[in-house]
Amino acid sequence: MLILVLKRILLGLITLFIVSLITFVGVEVLPGDACTTYLEREAYGAALEACYKRLGLDIPAYERYVSWAIGVIQGDFGYSLSGEMKINDVLGPRVKNSLVLASASILIGIPIALLLGIITALWRDKMPDIIISTFTIFSMTIPEFISATLLILIVAIWLEWLPGIVIVPTGASVSELLPNIILPVIAISMIMTAHMARMVRSSVIQVMASDYVQMAILKGVPYWKMVFKHVLPNALLPAINVVALTIAWLLGGVVVTEVVFNYPGLGRLVIESISNRDLPVVQALAIILASIYVIINLIADLLTLMLNPRLKSLQIKK
Amino acid sequence: MQQVVQEIKNLSIGFTSKKGEQISILKNISTTINKGETVGIVGESGSGKSTLALAMMGYVKHGLFTISGECIYQSNDILKMKNRELENIRGRKIAMIPQNAGQSLTPNLKIGYQIDEALRLHTNFQKEDRDVKISELLNKVRLPSPEIIAKRYPHELSGGQQQRVAVAMALAGSPDLLLLDEPTTGLDVTTQAHVLELLNFIAKDTGTSMVYVSHDLGAIAQVSDRVIVMYSGEIVLDGPVRTILKNPIHPYTYGLLKSIPKLTLSGLPNSMSGSQPQPGTIKEGCSFYDRCEFAEDKCKINTPELEFVSELNTSVRCFNHKKLHKKKDEDTKSSKKVLRKLTKNEILDISSVSISYAKQKFIEQLLNKIDDTNPTVKDINIKIDKGETLALVGESGSGKSTILKSIAGLIKAKNGIIKFDKNKILSNDLKKRDANYLRAIQLIFQNPDESLNPNHTVEEIVSQPLKLYFGLSGNELKQKIIEVLKKVRLGEFYLTRYPRQLSGGEKQRVAVARAFAAKPDIILCDEVTSALDVSVQAAVLNLLQELKVDFGTTYIFVSHDLAVVKAISDRVAVLYQGRLCEIGPSESVYKFPSHPYTEVLLGAVLEPDPDIKPKLVAEDIVEEKPPEKGCSFQGRCPRLLGQICKTDVPPWQIDENGNAIRCHIKINDLKNQQTSN
Repeated sequence: MLILVLKRILLGLITLFIVSLITFVGVEVLPGDACTTYLEREAYGAALEACYKRLGLDIPAYERYVSWAIGVIQGDFGYSLSGEMKINDVLGPRVKNSLVLASASILIGIPIALLLGIITALWRDKMPDIIISTFTIFSMTIPEFISATLLILIVAIWLEWLPGIVIVPTGASVSELLPNIILPVIAISMIMTAHMARMVRSSVIQVMASDYVQMAILKGVPYWKMVFKHVLPNALLPAINVVALTIAWLLGGVVVTEVVFNYPGLGRLVIESISNRDLPVVQALAIILASIYVIINLIADLLTLMLNPRLKSLQIKK
Repeated sequence: MQQVVQEIKNLSIGFTSKKGEQISILKNISTTINKGETVGIVGESGSGKSTLALAMMGYVKHGLFTISGECIYQSNDILKMKNRELENIRGRKIAMIPQNAGQSLTPNLKIGYQIDEALRLHTNFQKEDRDVKISELLNKVRLPSPEIIAKRYPHELSGGQQQRVAVAMALAGSPDLLLLDEPTTGLDVTTQAHVLELLNFIAKDTGTSMVYVSHDLGAIAQVSDRVIVMYSGEIVLDGPVRTILKNPIHPYTYGLLKSIPKLTLSGLPNSMSGSQPQPGTIKEGCSFYDRCEFAEDKCKINTPELEFVSELNTSVRCFNHKKLHKKKDEDTKSSKKVLRKLTKNEILDISSVSISYAKQKFIEQLLNKIDDTNPTVKDINIKIDKGETLALVGESGSGKSTILKSIAGLIKAKNGIIKFDKNKILSNDLKKRDANYLRAIQLIFQNPDESLNPNHTVEEIVSQPLKLYFGLSGNELKQKIIEVLKKVRLGEFYLTRYPRQLSGGEKQRVAVARAFAAKPDIILCDEVTSALDVSVQAAVLNLLQELKVDFGTTYIFVSHDLAVVKAISDRVAVLYQGRLCEIGPSESVYKFPSHPYTEVLLGAVLEPDPDIKPKLVAEDIVEEKPPEKGCSFQGRCPRLLGQICKTDVPPWQIDENGNAIRCHIKINDLKNQQTSN
């Protein structure tokens, strides 16, 4: 078990290394750099040289990568190029903001998704299923920038219930943030919930058709007891990985939604720093997003391993 | 007057087709189950036997509905009960033992919990009493150390143990009626015989009525007092077990019995032509008309009713049953003789082949070190002559399919050499084999559903080897395909069919055609008939035999069914845990099974005759891997000699009939011991 965890962590670290390499090379081969962007039309001659020198861009690329990587291992992402601020200071509040948004969406989204998935599966092809399934398929098919814009149009402009965009400083506290994130949370969790609900539905339906559920019925186990004891534990196990993937997907969704709602989170920072050619910030973001991805999947795998008696005993035997 | 447990009256169950027609799966079934009686329901797949058993518990599968009729239990119709009432009957009054216990036990719940659940639902015991009862039940089904078993999860038990747990669970509510849906299908022969013996014991001990559903007449013969034969959703025969099996007065049962290979007969069984009609296709007349050898014109127009024949105490659905009354065993003896064309031309020489499934550890891979102290298959030496049929038999895990795959090159043998046609060494790496050798060795798989590409037509499937090995194309290719299909008795109109449009037997014929299209010298048959119904099985066996005579092909035939092997093989190799135990001409192996394992295996074979009981000489323990030292069979051997069996690999001995065995006991002593028992 321990060896397995270590193996997975090692694999995760390798993933992160490759991600950092790809982003570094990617930004490097793009035409233009931080200095040309910053200096605009004066980007030639001595001014450009000076800028390169100041930002350390005159050093060969591989050396820059190595020194940067050593910094990251020590927890220091270096300095941003455009703002010339310590990246750790830039990222800190943004990470917090995005986490608030993402966890609010997850906390609301997952329970609703489970509930909807189970209801649609148990009342398969009946009215509750038809209504909910229509709704989930509908919200799955609309991309989030459209649903977010529609939400702003309906709730903020027509009904005037909530503010359309988020106007809080980047360093705002959680209690300041919360009232502002209602619309973004709805926009994000709509698609996520729909996805997960569909997965849970098919998983429950599959288990309901299994021999052991038929056996439980023929054993005289009352319906709801059967659902809770025999169906759900087995149906929700595979759902854990789906949830993890959905959360990871949410990271991408957050980018778009944050931009639409002008939310001061990681997503907006990604867009900003890419257009500024701010290589260190882009790299830092890529590493952070990738590590979240790796960590979530690791947690999901470990949970599945712990909850599934079949896998657990396999591991022990080895 | 016997006490009736359940009465089924005019029961019809069916579904609505896409065209809106009502199609029956069960047609007008009426029968009664008496107290203390074990009724066997037998029929091929699609005969409606499982639907009938489930209906007896008030369970109708999704998509099906009751068209008419009732299932009366204690003067109430079970099919009209509400869920609440059913919960009080299911598991308490009527309990089910399912076909595949491994899949019927909830994977995330411990064995103890699942039995406890049944006890909590159906008894008034307190917690402590229930714990005692769980141990009692597990003891009753003869599971060793109940306390440990109760703490295990279903997947931690072997197939036989899982089936016993299912029996224990069913007994928890002390039901009046036990429904068993193919409870031993999928188990090894010895395990099957043990489970059946247990069921017989329980039936006697508890006085419970049983309904035993199976396609296997051998199993039915062992447990039933009365047998119901179903065909196409109807009862065609219903009577005492001896009458049904020894004097089958319905043509279907008569044909079915003739198509079963038996240990007591030599040669191939007779096959029955055709297959069971699809539900809804028979509108009038007898549903067996198309396949019946006694059919007359009236059978096509008039539908026979179930008629009671008082002198045999049997109900039969046939106009002509009188013709069969006196027709006893005379025909079964005239089963087809196997034609042999034995030559002394060695075609395949397998020498000291060992195969291991153990994964190499990363470091060992680096150091190129191989751990071969205890491989899955070890030291196989077999020489096969051209035109011979060699059968490999053994229980699951005996390595028989593994050997087959290594001959085909699908698994790399670790040690040993396989030589083809006297001196051509076959590489253990498939990629390095010459195309001509690949053509020479063809494989037919167990399950045609999985071995035929569902997106290819029959034409495309059969064309593959012809294109690949002979480079045929255009009209020539088409003519050749038609020719090959004709050989397996499939007409030209099959060319455009997809596998899903074929019956099980037809699919396997296509698989056979694909193998023969390559003009192979050797065909490897991996359990080719075990997914088929008995009547179809006989047809496929006959087909294989005819093709062999026509083409002089050599077969290596893997099967767990010893009766099938006896019918088709010239020579038998018995394997246990990947080691050869006995090899010899099949007639003499079956006549004088010398090796203790062969004796155990043959003893457990179920014959479709209630008067031939299986001999259970060894426990049906499941061993996970072969012992590291000594004889492979030491763990279960009923004739264990002593320490020598545990330390030394037994030597080969050959008797006068050409049987070679690997045992420490002298071969003649073994024979004397067997006859004295």
